[in-house]
Amino acid sequence: MTDSQHWVQICALTDIPPQGSRVVERASGNVAVFRTHDDKVFALLDRCPHKGGPLSQGIVHGESVTCPLHSWNIDLATGAARAPDEGCARHFPVKLEHGMVLLGL
Amino acid sequence: MVHLGDWLLDRQLDDVAGGLLRRALEERGIGFLLGKQTAAILDDGQGGVAGVRFSDGEQVDAQLVVMAVGIRPNTALAESCGLHCERGIVVSDALQTYDPRVYAVGECVSHRGVAYGLVAPLFEQAKVCANHLAQLGIGRYQGSVLSTKLKVTGIDLFSAGDFMGGEGMEDIVLSDPAGGVYKKLVIKDDKLAGVCLYGDTADGAWYFKLLREGRSVADLRDTLMFGESAIGDAGVQGQSKAACMQDSDEVCGCNGVCKGSIVKAIKDKGLFTLDEVKKHTKAASSCGSCSGLVEQILMSVVGTDFQETPKTKAVCGCTERSHGEVRKAIREQHLLTHAEVFHFLEWRTPNGCATCRPAINYYLLSSWPHEAVDDPQSRFVNERVHANIQKDGTFSVIPQMKGGVTTASELRRIADVADKYQVPMVKVTGGQRIDLLGVKKEDLVNVWQDLGMQSGHAYGKSIRTVKTCVGSEFCRFGTQNSTQMGIDLETMLANMWSPHKVKLAVSGCPRNCAEAGIKDVGVIAVDSGWELYVGGNGGIKTEVAQFLCKVKTAEEVKEYSGAFLQLYREEAYYLDRTVHYIARVGLDVIKARVVTDAASRQALYQRLLFSLQGLPDPWAARIAGAQKNEFIPIKLEA
Ligand code: FES
Repeated sequence: MTDSQHWVQICALTDIPPQGSRVVERASGNVAVFRTHDDKVFALLDRCPHKGGPLSQGIVHGESVTCPLHSWNIDLATGAARAPDEGCARHFPVKLEHGMVLLGL
Repeated sequence: MVHLGDWLLDRQLDDVAGGLLRRALEERGIGFLLGKQTAAILDDGQGGVAGVRFSDGEQVDAQLVVMAVGIRPNTALAESCGLHCERGIVVSDALQTYDPRVYAVGECVSHRGVAYGLVAPLFEQAKVCANHLAQLGIGRYQGSVLSTKLKVTGIDLFSAGDFMGGEGMEDIVLSDPAGGVYKKLVIKDDKLAGVCLYGDTADGAWYFKLLREGRSVADLRDTLMFGESAIGDAGVQGQSKAACMQDSDEVCGCNGVCKGSIVKAIKDKGLFTLDEVKKHTKAASSCGSCSGLVEQILMSVVGTDFQETPKTKAVCGCTERSHGEVRKAIREQHLLTHAEVFHFLEWRTPNGCATCRPAINYYLLSSWPHEAVDDPQSRFVNERVHANIQKDGTFSVIPQMKGGVTTASELRRIADVADKYQVPMVKVTGGQRIDLLGVKKEDLVNVWQDLGMQSGHAYGKSIRTVKTCVGSEFCRFGTQNSTQMGIDLETMLANMWSPHKVKLAVSGCPRNCAEAGIKDVGVIAVDSGWELYVGGNGGIKTEVAQFLCKVKTAEEVKEYSGAFLQLYREEAYYLDRTVHYIARVGLDVIKARVVTDAASRQALYQRLLFSLQGLPDPWAARIAGAQKNEFIPIKLEA
């Protein structure tokens, strides 16, 4: 990430359903913020590398999300499509502080 | 050519086909000596060969002797370790040798007296063995059914199973020696037990499939000999023959995959199973109607290395368990949550995947109504947000219109909503309702509220619609009030989750304007009552519904169709339509439990009513605030 990165507090962890996600609106493309079953958070550009499906609407399992349009599996940490599919969604840094979710933009 | 057997390829062909092959080859100038066992190779006294002598004392002259021998397992190492061997290292169904610490797979083993020399059985063995080494201990190797496909100097041969026939078996034979075609099908207990094809092997893959599936061929018997195309229906089984397709022909209409790219992927990436082909090429991965065809292509490319899709399929990659086993465990162990299922059945992943989670969610809810709690995160987005996702990420909204009947005030509200939310398209659906397409997710809750109508469940593995015709109220042909019947059924089934979508129709007379013949449950009014049909399907592969029974009263229509649907809900696997379910268990079983046995029918019907009792309309629940967050995007302050 570049120096210009800044952290934005977006919501409390509890605002995201476990194994679910929330969408953060952004002029240059929405960001999907995911929460896993063990309360890790990840953020990806809300555009599937396949045909642009909204990843935020997929089913979250382990540290993957399955795109709702054609079921590609995307790794939450890296944004990379799981084999044999190929492609990558941009990922954003996120961190948890005192129960709040911070997104690095 | 000298051969020990009484005819050529005596392990792959029967005597007639062997004879045809011999004649064809003789015409090409090859001579044969059959039933001869070589006793010695004769020396010409100068270090060269002079001829061959057989065990019957005869001999032939030769300047060159070429010998072809089969493989023989090299068991020296195993034997020296004291492992029991008989033509191979003897292993159990778990691929364990006589020393439980040692496993063996592949060409060196003898399993139930058979040593396999092909790669496909080896893969199957390796899977089971790996399973045991990982201490999962649930796989069992029960031997492989093999097929042989050969091209002998331009003559096609195919055989599989027990093609010799014998006691308790019947043969169907087509023999055209002059035309160079011979086909023999061996049938045992109404199932195909063996095939031997000479000259025309186009249907080999199809016969092999019937053989492996062990399905009854009684209904196909008349045309069985004439192959797959004679059956005449197109679609799911992949009737258009893979072999005659051009590389540029499209196989998968959903994802635009042509034969050439499938063949290329199979060859380049070394694919052996249908699942692998689906993953790599995306063929057959959407609607699945071309699975049969893709499987045929796979078979034709990899031949005997082809790995059949296991019959009792694991739910997904997270487990070895089949759908039936998962449901059984949920019922018998009274499991109520995903976590309990994952724990009890030793799931390999911490919380499943997008394939198993929705299935388990369904099994939990349908097995323990009012006890198991729905898990929205285990539902596909459409069911989670009660609307259908579209390719641009917007949603379509279809309010309920029971029996296709609406009112001026409902239409006015729909029109107002379309204006207010600038809905890009308003469309009449095939299920006699109105679809608002292109609604943004964040508008969904407000749209529902403004509509003031109930959810039409057009998005779920659930009851969809009950289509009706006008019926006796207005129609001059109508014999019963089909519209009211439809409304009553739709009311009864409101909010019903099911293994897959469920569509009904009620027609007021045998003219059947509501197309009841292609619905999961079709009701056709006749003067003396109602006829019930089940298992129809107008989708991927058109299936005509089968006659279930005839009843007299509207109340009976509800009871019988309700009982049938409850049976389907309790026994069908997730994502099986009624037609698949009926094909699996047979219509007779269904008739017995829904029609003949009144106590069973009433119990089923009561269980259905109990499951559906008090289920909330999902839109109303969302309007009341359930999971509201999900619909509200987070805004960044600029
Ligand atoms: S757009 Fe995500 S899988 Fe196709």
